[in-house]
Amino acid sequence: MEQKTKINAEEGKQELVITREFDLPVELLFRAHAEPDIIEQWMSNPYATAKVLKFEGKKHGSYQLESTDAEGKVVFRSNGVIHEFIPNQKITRTFELENAPFGVQLEIYEFEQLTDRTSKLNMHVIYESGAKRDQLLALPFAQGLNMAHNRIQEILNTLK
Amino acid sequence: MNLRRDVFQAIADPTRRAILLLVASHTMTAGAIASNFDTARPTVSKHLQILTECELLEQKQSGREIYYHINAQKMKEVAEFIEPFRKMWDDRFNKLEAIMKGYQPKK
Repeated sequence: MEQKTKINAEEGKQELVITREFDLPVELLFRAHAEPDIIEQWMSNPYATAKVLKFEGKKHGSYQLESTDAEGKVVFRSNGVIHEFIPNQKITRTFELENAPFGVQLEIYEFEQLTDRTSKLNMHVIYESGAKRDQLLALPFAQGLNMAHNRIQEILNTLK
Repeated sequence: MNLRRDVFQAIADPTRRAILLLVASHTMTAGAIASNFDTARPTVSKHLQILTECELLEQKQSGREIYYHINAQKMKEVAEFIEPFRKMWDDRFNKLEAIMKGYQPKK
């Protein structure tokens, strides 16, 4: 089966590209990235609830997100500034995970209309270094290894 | 020696997986790592030794302390290293798609 979301992370580079085609008109795909209440819905998962603390969808705007666990504890916060915000076409922004050693990344989202009811997202992410990119890539891998173990929650709690 | 098999044996142990998770987010000393576990310090040291021997962890001397950090290069040799990252985005985007279908104008 062909995978809908594709990641291209070339060896030795400090960037990666995530692409995904959606069975949605480009206007709806863009809205999902531009409206805080919608962002909160799709960024949340059974383990973490996403909250948009601040969102200024415009050039020179900024944003801040927060993720809390089932007990309401903050798992992480992230923030960034918006450099370009062109409806249905493009968002250029920075992204930084607060209190984490991964640095600031530059994210370029390109929204492309394929047909009246299908669209494509091209997400180009540039990291401070290749090593930082690989560390971030390793994080869900390490977390995934632990999913089945209750231990994970205890450890995450001690990291705070 | 079958290094690949050793890597999988290394990550088959729940304590060693927990250590990898800890070190994935912060470079840490052996003492700091051990303080997260109820296990005796020598047991944690043994786990660190195994993880270092199969190159999932690397040691870096800084003054008198030895810090452990994850060897992302080696992690990539473990099958489907990137898959959980891809899956995380795939899950998010599937959800986005499902939610936005609710915003489609009724025809």
